[in-house]
Amino acid sequence: MEFQIDQVIGNLNELFGGKDHHRQRKGLDFITIPKEQAVAAITYLSNPEGFKHLVLLTAVDWLEQGQFQLTYLLNNPDNKQDLGIRVLIPRDQAVMDSIHDLWGQAATYQRELREMFGIHFPGSPRVDQPFILEGWDGPPPYRRDFDTKKYAEETYFPRPGRSSNDPTEYMKHQLYPDE
Amino acid sequence: MSKEDLEKRTVYSPEGEPIEIDPLNDYFLDLRPESYAPRNGVIEQFANWARAESLWVLGFGTGCGAIEMRPLMTPRFDAYRFGIQWRPTPRQSSVFVISGYLSVKTLKRVIRSYEQMQNPKFVVALGSCTINGGMYWDSYNTINRLDHYLPVDVYITGCMPRPEALLAGFEELKKRIKAGKGDGANKYADNFDWYKANQKKIIKDWDMPDYNW
Ligand code: SF4
Repeated sequence: MEFQIDQVIGNLNELFGGKDHHRQRKGLDFITIPKEQAVAAITYLSNPEGFKHLVLLTAVDWLEQGQFQLTYLLNNPDNKQDLGIRVLIPRDQAVMDSIHDLWGQAATYQRELREMFGIHFPGSPRVDQPFILEGWDGPPPYRRDFDTKKYAEETYFPRPGRSSNDPTEYMKHQLYPDE
Repeated sequence: MSKEDLEKRTVYSPEGEPIEIDPLNDYFLDLRPESYAPRNGVIEQFANWARAESLWVLGFGTGCGAIEMRPLMTPRFDAYRFGIQWRPTPRQSSVFVISGYLSVKTLKRVIRSYEQMQNPKFVVALGSCTINGGMYWDSYNTINRLDHYLPVDVYITGCMPRPEALLAGFEELKKRIKAGKGDGANKYADNFDWYKANQKKIIKDWDMPDYNW
């Protein structure tokens, strides 16, 4: 049977409660799947639908809505089709099922998300080890309610007297001081 | 060395005798650094001239600025004609060029490398990131002022400075050394506690000896 992305989207809607399908361009689609169904849907996509390749797994912090959005970007190399699976999980209970048994490299993404966003992936290999931060004891730094400026000012001995210029204004003044 | 290698543990000799080891104390020298007094007049001047004309730079790139070192050491700008050359290990070098932003993780390696360099040693700080944090001034993970962690001899401004600026900076460093002002290592030894306190304030998992030369 020939590969039809609309067919796949239809199946996702029907079987896994997918909604909000959005076609960004030919060959790149997005769809939102409920948290409980997400891993089942991804397993279904990887086999039999031929989305063999995990391109990336990343997160967005929707602070105002109290949600994290996970995006699993999958690729079907034979049919030149990308498909982004969006999964919304509550911010105060940021736990998601691991997909490291589908793609080993997912463990690395999950470790990063654990460190940077504080999203837990129980069972993922080495997920509790530090990823790039060493000895970090603050809140996860990519959460939007973490104030990096304040943290840096308190921690890193800011040099007094630092100021910034608007480049347009500054150069105008430098080049045409009379105007 | 991994973290487990630094933990206290019991090992057994070939005869089966248990030996308690504490790697941080047993494997490393824990003497504090000492400042050295300059020698008499002309001898020190001669030594300073020799030091200034043979600057050996540690090949350690930290930020974007490390890119500028390649054109500097290759034929286009050819820093070798000024007696500047790059060395692979801290023990062989006398100049540490901090080439840009430093994350906390890198700072830890920088401190270890700096302390392994032999006196007299000089630090050249490259780019605005080392001066006031540059464009990473509000980042959660990069330091703002290098001079709180290591004694800096020369700053080179710019983001990033061109190789010409680096050459000018090295000329400046030479002048300072010849004038007997290249005493960063002494400064480090004299204010050792202050530097260590600053370093430990931001390096939270301090798992190395306090002084590891
Ligand atoms: S000063 Fe500019 S070029 Fe240098 S490390 Fe910082 S951001 Fe990069």
